[in-house]
Amino acid sequence: MKEEKKEENEKIVIDLLKLLSETDNVELEDVTIDAEEFAIEIVPAAAPGRPELFKLSLEPVMPGATGKIEFLVEASPQGLRVLGVPPVTPAAPAPPKVVELLSIPFKYPQLPYTSKIAEVQLGATKSEGGSRGVTYKLGGYSTPPMFLFQETSINRPLFALDVFDMRPTLAGPVKRSYADVLEDPVAWAKKCIETYKADLVSVHLVSTDPGIKDTPPSEARRTVEDVLQAIDEPIIVGGSGNPEKDIDIFREIAKATEGEKLVFASITLDMDIPKAVEPLVKHGQNAIALAFMDINQAKELSRKILEAGLPKNQLILDPTTGALGYGIEYSFSVMERIRLAALMGEEILQVPMSCAATNAWAAREAWMKVEEWGPRELRGPLWEATTAIVCMLAGADLFMMMHPLAMKIAKTFAEALQKVRKPLSEIPYEKWVEAKY
Amino acid sequence: MPKILRPLDVYKYLPQTNCGECGESSCMAFAAKLIERQVSVEKCTPLSEPKYGKKLKALLEVLRSPVKEVTIGIPPNAITIGGKDVMYRHELTWRHPTALMIDVHDEMEEEELIKRVKFVNDFSFIRIGRELKLDGIAVRCVSDDSKKFSTAVSTVLKHTQLPLVLCSYNPTVLEEALTIAGDKKPLIYAANKQNWKEMAELSSKYKCPLVVSAPGDLSLLKSLTVSIKKYYNLDDFVLDPGTFVDGGTILDTISMFSVLRYAAIEGEDSDVGYPLLGVPAAVWSLFDGNDDEKRLMESIVASSLMSRYADILILHSIDVWPILPVIVWRDCVYTDPRVPPSVKPGLYEIGKPNEMSPLLVTANFALTYYIVKDDVERNKIDAWLVVVDTEGTSVQSAVAGKKLTAENIYETMVSSGAMEKVQHKTVIIPGYAARLSGELEDLLKDWRVFVGPRDSADIKQFLEKIWKQEVFGEKQ
Ligand code: SF4
Repeated sequence: MKEEKKEENEKIVIDLLKLLSETDNVELEDVTIDAEEFAIEIVPAAAPGRPELFKLSLEPVMPGATGKIEFLVEASPQGLRVLGVPPVTPAAPAPPKVVELLSIPFKYPQLPYTSKIAEVQLGATKSEGGSRGVTYKLGGYSTPPMFLFQETSINRPLFALDVFDMRPTLAGPVKRSYADVLEDPVAWAKKCIETYKADLVSVHLVSTDPGIKDTPPSEARRTVEDVLQAIDEPIIVGGSGNPEKDIDIFREIAKATEGEKLVFASITLDMDIPKAVEPLVKHGQNAIALAFMDINQAKELSRKILEAGLPKNQLILDPTTGALGYGIEYSFSVMERIRLAALMGEEILQVPMSCAATNAWAAREAWMKVEEWGPRELRGPLWEATTAIVCMLAGADLFMMMHPLAMKIAKTFAEALQKVRKPLSEIPYEKWVEAKY
Repeated sequence: MPKILRPLDVYKYLPQTNCGECGESSCMAFAAKLIERQVSVEKCTPLSEPKYGKKLKALLEVLRSPVKEVTIGIPPNAITIGGKDVMYRHELTWRHPTALMIDVHDEMEEEELIKRVKFVNDFSFIRIGRELKLDGIAVRCVSDDSKKFSTAVSTVLKHTQLPLVLCSYNPTVLEEALTIAGDKKPLIYAANKQNWKEMAELSSKYKCPLVVSAPGDLSLLKSLTVSIKKYYNLDDFVLDPGTFVDGGTILDTISMFSVLRYAAIEGEDSDVGYPLLGVPAAVWSLFDGNDDEKRLMESIVASSLMSRYADILILHSIDVWPILPVIVWRDCVYTDPRVPPSVKPGLYEIGKPNEMSPLLVTANFALTYYIVKDDVERNKIDAWLVVVDTEGTSVQSAVAGKKLTAENIYETMVSSGAMEKVQHKTVIIPGYAARLSGELEDLLKDWRVFVGPRDSADIKQFLEKIWKQEVFGEKQ
């Protein structure tokens, strides 16, 4: 409000109050002076211990007008006197009547989920018909991930590091971790397991792409066999993405590793699905179905694969992972929708989900050298770890990752699922306020 | 169940005069926008007339989200948090992005404190034409000394207009700070089992929102909230169930946040229907590790809690790299999940291209388009850019999902008239689309297809070292 109007306003107020003081019965609530567009509010006992004082505030009610003027008014036998602006200390609230902490228990909400995610076994031991020393179970959950955390005896998400059968183009910070093994998939796989503690490895047979080296299935098989010789863990066999060639590759390797319960990635809608699935069924292998960020496509693909004869407990769904900042929110929501639908009874979606967190490296925020963004040796792995963990919270269970540090962060997070954790009452959380850091 | 309103549910509380003051053609149209949360009640100015007092009150009650909206700070820098209607963002776009507050404390050197405040003021990261910023400052009382704390608060006030959180469990300390900062409506942290009466009185006296804190004890959290609400008639709460991080307890934290939110939205437990506060900064007092490990952990805790229902977070690190993923994830998760950010497919001119300029191909994901355009412009390159309809997905995803194929690149080149624009008969496709090059060459017959870099940041180098040599090499 404009300053020069103040005097004029004061006069109005005084006149008004005089008028009011001469009347017997006055309703002071909600008084509006329409002509001036001001609301008047009179609050008794504006100052502690001075009941004769009133606070009077003028507040414009015109749209867009701002500003509020407050006066302190004294009511005395002589009349009303405007004393000026009241002290800033707001009036103390009226003391409450009963003040005792109520005890109201928080009732844990009943979750509506009725169904369960299939449990997929990765790897088979000798007695199970394979040759693996280490095997894993994936899935088997009956609630969405964020409610799972109260349980301790459940399968935790698993982490695979990527291995390539030919020297790949890798982002700087990733390359550094594998510099000595880039030409040797066997040494690479060993390093992932032994040095970086991956649960398993994902061997990408990129060289088999007819547009790249067109490596024949027999040679790809030898690579896989050599890796299996070198490590005890199950592996993911990744094709080149060529829908025809991958079928030949899968058939060759599935047969040669009969009963190993490996994971074959990926089966896509543009493949001849019965043909792709047949050797996996026959030789007891698992498959990853790659759908493209779309729940309906995921359903269609899953239905076709199950109809082709693959048991539900040999199937994993990959709804495609967009990098953080480059479409991850679509992956997050599609994964969440798939998992919720599955738990509510949608049979063809009741399978574990996989997530290629490696895609995070497509984001320039992950790999690019930009001084003001900080060191990419930390920024990059954090970008990949965040991509993985965000998807984990949406329901992903099997992670394909690249940077050892990123995997370590995400894996530590997941491992806590199976840990006996300290009771929260023993942790001095409150300290965050007064601790010096 | 999440509250789904129909226009009639709110229409009955509007003046029903169709006066048009709100900018809508009718009260019904306004009602429709209200339930979609596209407009706010204040836009209907007639409703503020005293005679509509009852209707206004009822309307606000009907529109109240299962998670209440709480405002911190004063205009123009006030932030509103909470206001959540659904558990999952695919049901309805989440509103009111998680507020990110950075801490300072009262035993910091003044210089350090001001540096941190300025960092928050100035932080800016531009993405798809949007500026991502931090939201405010949390001032912690480490000294337990009212004077020191007030001094720190007034120093902060001198250097920022952004909203504050005042943090201490000592009501005396907070009271003194509130005499200088109370009119800025900071968030008060926190009422707990010991001090809740005094804190409630402060919240009531200074009309500031109040954090209710009961670490690890949801029944206590609920009891405190209900008690304060009942005895003090307050309703602007933020709930703090505790942010536990060590020894894997981050999972318990996520679980508590999720259960509270589920109870508020699906269980209609309005006693816990308030915004949730997460404190990733607790990593710095609870978690064993070196500073970089703490930064990594803090960032991960922040992103996880943001995914799982935190409405406001207090962070400590002011390094850009751990903040970046958090602030980008916030920008992503709060967008409308139904619409991929995309640009119109077709031919775009960057700079002043002619028949000798390079012809580039990319996807119509908005971010991809802006990045390519930026890189080309920044390097002062004149180019033709063919944007293919990949249904708003990035090149890498689109190639994997068969949304960027040789056919649709070819079709877009033909339909957009791109092929007539250049004489050199060459086209450059993104590095991630390398595997399409053979097929595209078959379709384009006498054209040559170049596989460009994976990231357009390298486009200049590619054009100079490879493309220009190959295409114009002989001529130069
Ligand atoms: S301003 Fe209010 S009364 Fe007027 S048309 Fe809009 S909703 Fe109706």
